[in-house]
Amino acid sequence: MIEAIRSLGRWGLGIFERLGRGNLFLLRVLFSLGSLLVRPRLVVRELYSVGVLTFLIVFVSGLFVGMVLGLQGYVTLSKFGAEDSLGVVVALSLVRELGPVVTALLFAGRAGSALAAEIGLMKTTEQLSGMEMMAVDPVRRVVAPRFLAGVISMPLLAAIFSAVGVYGGMFVGVGLLGVDPGAYWSQMQAAVDLQADIYNGVIKSVVFGFVAVWIAVFEGYDATPTSEGVSRATTRTVVHTALAVLGLDFILTALMFGSPQ
Amino acid sequence: MEIRDLHFAHGARNIFNGLSLDVPRGRITAFMGPSGTGKTTLLKLIGGQLRPRKGTIHVDGQNVHRLRRRDLYELRKRMGMLFQNGALLTDLNVFENVAYPLREHTRLPEELIRDLVLIKLEAVGLRGARRLMPSELSGGMARRVALARAIALDPMMIMYDEPFTGLDPITKGTIVTLIKQLNQTLGLTSLVVSHDVEETMSIADCVYVIAEGRVIESGAPAAMRDSSSAWVQQFMKGEPDGPVPFHYAAPDYRDDLLAGGLV
Ligand SMILES: Nc1ncnc2c1ncn2[C@@H]1O[C@H](COP(=O)(O)OP(=O)(O)O)[C@@H](O)[C@H]1O
Ligand SMILES: [Mg+2]
Repeated sequence: MIEAIRSLGRWGLGIFERLGRGNLFLLRVLFSLGSLLVRPRLVVRELYSVGVLTFLIVFVSGLFVGMVLGLQGYVTLSKFGAEDSLGVVVALSLVRELGPVVTALLFAGRAGSALAAEIGLMKTTEQLSGMEMMAVDPVRRVVAPRFLAGVISMPLLAAIFSAVGVYGGMFVGVGLLGVDPGAYWSQMQAAVDLQADIYNGVIKSVVFGFVAVWIAVFEGYDATPTSEGVSRATTRTVVHTALAVLGLDFILTALMFGSPQ
Repeated sequence: MEIRDLHFAHGARNIFNGLSLDVPRGRITAFMGPSGTGKTTLLKLIGGQLRPRKGTIHVDGQNVHRLRRRDLYELRKRMGMLFQNGALLTDLNVFENVAYPLREHTRLPEELIRDLVLIKLEAVGLRGARRLMPSELSGGMARRVALARAIALDPMMIMYDEPFTGLDPITKGTIVTLIKQLNQTLGLTSLVVSHDVEETMSIADCVYVIAEGRVIESGAPAAMRDSSSAWVQQFMKGEPDGPVPFHYAAPDYRDDLLAGGLV
């Protein structure tokens, strides 16, 4: 019994210690961002591997999610004779929720895990140590550009996801099920608010992106330098990001849309 | 460089208990000792990547662990280190790996960088391999590229971590010659950490044998061979049992077998 409580305590302390280290690490990364102004090329390269390579999966997923929304929305709305509002349903679901959330989850699976594995392996093969001995700060050269690239690409990817999704919904709703295209677009235009919907969606995607890359680069940098350690860091990146994003989504949604307007 | 009364522990494991030694300028000094005595740890302490629990390390008159970050980085530019596995950056080819410290720390024009890199690669005999990626190199070649990179900034001191381990005899010979040549032509202070007795003895000016966290013997290679210390004799001749036990500390064998139960 005592042993159980003791190990619970150790576990709790371990979590807080990691949280603390994660925050200190974040500070170090943020302070290093300035050095990237001198070498924007580093960020551009990472934008390619973090952002562009995630583009395809985000594009395809956005299309399918939009198509499913179109179909489901149509089935429900037509019961009330409100098919013309299909555009609104599709657009609001995407912009407010599915765009930021699903993109962040895909981002964790495609880019976050790769970042954690790459940085963890660089640590395991002593490349980070080697850089330090060459008087090069690995946080500046390796971590900061990846971090910035992730933070920049997430909102863009989420926007692409939503945009493609709207077309996916239109393809099913208008193209296959016969909703009036004029109504699809005009109702959407009338009901989607720039401030309440688009801005809030963008804020969500920025927050999720920040958290997702933070977790990824920290897990990689903090990984135990063995193959097992790297594999654990990769798994943890995906799991923790998913939990953090879904939890934060609830909090942000409550803050943004919680009070009746 | 001088180390005084160095204490260091990895977690609960004591690695150094009052290590003191001097490394003279422009010579080849060797640290020898069996695996796990903390030779790599010592080099990381010298490079300022780890902090000692107690004691000081002075390199070129500066206390490594008292320096501010910027000064430490300045000092590191004047220290080259050759890692056990090379530690090459795997996403850059051989040329770019050697050019890396130059690009990071100098504003030289591209043509000059090219010439400097080719000079360094020629020195290790790999000018022709400049377009290969690290994954395409053999262990010995990777180590030579890492050596070229370590001397790219013309350091005053270079540290070799196990430069001979895991190499075939020919490559070993090449590395021995290279270390010697670099020491003579560039006047580099060289620090070789190794457990390969023959190769190390053949190039070192001065040898320290480290065990149990302390220097147990030091002197010129010739003097070491005649050392009266049973420990040094065991290490030099490679006998399995002696002052350094073959067995890791364990309870009595017979009791252990009879005890049964779980591990
Ligand atoms: N990061 C670490 N954490 C805990 N123990 C370590 C760590 N690095 C090395 N050690 C331990 O310290 C001892 C010395 O390691 P090392 O300096 O690599 O020895 P050597 O290079 O002489 O073979 C080893 O027994 C190793 O198990
Ligand atoms: Mg070692």
